[in-house]
Amino acid sequence: MILKSVRDGFGIGLIEAGEKNKDVVVLTADLGESTRAEGFKEKFPERFFEVGVAEQSLVTVAAGMAIAGKIPFTTTYAVFSPGRTFEQIKVTAALNNLPVKIVGAHAGFGAAPYGATHESLEDIALMRVIPNMVVISPCDYEEAKKATLAVAGNGKPSYLRLSRQESPVISTPLRQGSAGQEFEIGKINVLKYAEKPQVAIIGCGPILAEALDASKILKNQEIDVMVINSHTIKPLDEAGILKAAKLCGAIVTCEEHQIAGGLGSAIAEFLAKKHPVPIEFIGVHDSFGESARDWKELWEKHGLTSKYIENAVRRVIVRKADNINI
Amino acid sequence: MEKMMNMIKPSQNELEKKALQVRKDIVDMIYTAGSGHPGGSLSATELLVALYFGGMEKSDKFFLSNGHVCPAWYSVMIEAGLVDKDLLLTYAKLGSPLQGHPERTKLSLVENTSGPLGLGLAQAAGYAAIKRDSQVYCMVSDAEHNEGNTWEAISFANKYKLSNLTLIVDKNNIQIEGTTDEIMPLGSLASKYQSFGWETVEIDGHNFEEIFQAFEKAKSFVDNPCVIIANTIFGKGVSFMKANPDWHAKAPDKEQYKKAMEELK
Repeated sequence: MILKSVRDGFGIGLIEAGEKNKDVVVLTADLGESTRAEGFKEKFPERFFEVGVAEQSLVTVAAGMAIAGKIPFTTTYAVFSPGRTFEQIKVTAALNNLPVKIVGAHAGFGAAPYGATHESLEDIALMRVIPNMVVISPCDYEEAKKATLAVAGNGKPSYLRLSRQESPVISTPLRQGSAGQEFEIGKINVLKYAEKPQVAIIGCGPILAEALDASKILKNQEIDVMVINSHTIKPLDEAGILKAAKLCGAIVTCEEHQIAGGLGSAIAEFLAKKHPVPIEFIGVHDSFGESARDWKELWEKHGLTSKYIENAVRRVIVRKADNINI
Repeated sequence: MEKMMNMIKPSQNELEKKALQVRKDIVDMIYTAGSGHPGGSLSATELLVALYFGGMEKSDKFFLSNGHVCPAWYSVMIEAGLVDKDLLLTYAKLGSPLQGHPERTKLSLVENTSGPLGLGLAQAAGYAAIKRDSQVYCMVSDAEHNEGNTWEAISFANKYKLSNLTLIVDKNNIQIEGTTDEIMPLGSLASKYQSFGWETVEIDGHNFEEIFQAFEKAKSFVDNPCVIIANTIFGKGVSFMKANPDWHAKAPDKEQYKKAMEELK
């Protein structure tokens, strides 16, 4: 299994975006290296701006650059932006409707030893309530590259959520020369098909590797599930989600984020209206993070690993059966 | 300002007439809307008139940071023929391009949506950092110096030596709930800016001659950004609004409206 980080994919994608379009500029708030914006700086120093540890300025200066016709990527940890910069993003990026790209690194539990202050579990919720915003959480290195290129060209205010930890490359089949799955903003990708799936597991980010693990174990127990990557939280792929809900009749959502306000919430809001089915939510249950050796310890503690996903699948199958029996 | 009509600076007398008309418009707009910010609009009047009548050139850009003074700005743009005069009294009404706080996507002359304080200077600085050949003007209020975002932008403009950026501080010494001294003392703004690497000019913000001289002086600095600290009078032109924080965000009633319009004859 190939292990690579989402942030490294972003760093490579950013250089490629810069090569393709001279209007791409990058700003950082004293975190160029750990967000992987540094590669862009080395290649295009004249298009790189260091604003200091000043996240409010990071976003608002970027908005001014977008008014001047640039495509600015702002880079820092997600806890700081969008964590600190909600109003700046709402007013100067989204209400102005400018193509400012908010890049939130070390999202989820990636900064584990640093503790709760550095663990961003609310950023999807913050960004998805803002009109005009596009919200994307890539699941692996390859998808992060593609997502970076895609948001560079989408002409819209966009949030790109990056994970720090090395995680399996799951969006690309392990064949020589394969380009992997197509990436299109607002379109789900099916990571695992099943002939007659009983449940659709829909998630975003590296936690999808856990969902794939769960699907293998469940398969051995003759429970067929499909695994869907909804990398775009906003705009949600409503057609794709609806199709999965109708096909499976039950859903488990998973994300490295608070359950409140995340991808699962977005899916539940949509399906409650269009095609209600039982849903179980894998995510953080209204609690803060804390220090740990690494993200794995926190995933285990907060119920984000494959065994929790397996159990959620079993629970939702029972609920589905109960519904049918009623 | 591609649509800028009048590049020739009007006479002193004409400028004063325009300022008077703008003040009447401010009171009219806020009375009609039943909402708005008269005090700051009245203090910023001459500065905005000067920018649009002789101050700015065609390729220059203007960023308003203290968006709540937009009645003054809208009126000046109407006077300059940039905005349709019929829109004046639609200010802050449903569907109007003249929003209660200016919005970029509602009125094309607005570069930056503003209203929440402290956001404008950074956007002006970001623009100026990209468009090094264009002269960029930005107006902020004195109370916006309570905001950290303002100081972050002041640092940025110094670091990137944005000599094409001219900042105008409408220093009327009043904020929502009292004087700036009461709410959060500013100290010496000029020496603060100087220590942040800026050039500074201090003027009477109601004196057209001083305003135009300051614009010229600001452009003469080739190494650093320049701030014009314009000392102004909150509520200028309407006796009962003058220097009275109650008129930060309040519409006059019918009697007050009549009295104000009488004083502005």
